[in-house]
Amino acid sequence: MSPQTRLVEVRQNVLKQNDLVARGLRQRFHDAGVCVVSLVSSPGSGKTAFLEKTLALLRPSRRVAALVGDLATENDAARLARAQVPVRQITTGTLCHLEAAMIQTAIEGWRLNELDFLFIENVGNLVCPSSYDVGEDVRAVLLSVTEGEDKPLKYPTIFNTADIAILTKMDLAEAVEFDLAAADGNIQRVRPGMPLLKVSAKNGGGMSDWLRYLSARRAQLVG
Amino acid sequence: MHELSIAMSIVDMAGEEAAQRGGVRVDSVHLKIGALAGVVKAALLSSWELAREGTGLENCALVIEEVPVVGYCPACRAPRQLDSIQWMACPECKAPMAEIVSGRELEVVALEIVELEAAEAPI
Repeated sequence: MSPQTRLVEVRQNVLKQNDLVARGLRQRFHDAGVCVVSLVSSPGSGKTAFLEKTLALLRPSRRVAALVGDLATENDAARLARAQVPVRQITTGTLCHLEAAMIQTAIEGWRLNELDFLFIENVGNLVCPSSYDVGEDVRAVLLSVTEGEDKPLKYPTIFNTADIAILTKMDLAEAVEFDLAAADGNIQRVRPGMPLLKVSAKNGGGMSDWLRYLSARRAQLVG
Repeated sequence: MHELSIAMSIVDMAGEEAAQRGGVRVDSVHLKIGALAGVVKAALLSSWELAREGTGLENCALVIEEVPVVGYCPACRAPRQLDSIQWMACPECKAPMAEIVSGRELEVVALEIVELEAAEAPI
């Protein structure tokens, strides 16, 4: 008698576990009225400088905290702590992205209802973080002017999962002959209608637009 | 490269399913990957070889079906399949398509299983 082989239907999302944790986190964040913003980009695009500036500008009027992911070192957390806000480093070892469960562990002991904003700086990587929901309300993808205008076409998936694109290091745009129209065109090709902000953490240019965007997003959340 | 952890999740899922049913062997896992899932087929297949080692699924094949992105065209008022994820525009009328209908899937759709009792029964 030949073995009885049959096909059984399963239909299970492979990332179900992560998605469930992320959903739980999002609910907790919403219940506590905290707006959660994640930052994704390639390494060296200026996430930490941008976040440092954001925290410093928000801190006088808003209650903010940050989580920062890296494969190794606590350097970024030490840098961000200078803004005198609660910061925790998540070191992922060899893992190239943050997962929802890491966020869940990292926020243990924090009273979420005492926060207005929580920022999550993902590991510098334009590939892997795109598949993992970390419970954020806003995913911001950063692109520095030194990287080249075609990055969105090379990494369409992460741009497609983001809610807003932020062009960083605008103070260098002229020196590197950055083509803003081309960059925006490429962003709109992979994610039609995505809002785009131009900022410089160094001279503060465009940061007020970013703060306005954050306020509007939080207002949507808490009504 | 996050394909290895994804491969390991799939091995776990298939193993759990087999354990629940009892007395079966899983010969293949059928997986659907959307073009916007952020997973590379070739990397996943080589990770699969590693992930299945020593798990009871050593000979289990991973069968991958790649699915294209389908967006909703606001101008045609119809779902349209995209030719490329680098250009989210309607292939018919070129209108930008912001709404994705499908193409982010990363889903185990089916398992091919063998009932061991039947296979091992004497002739």
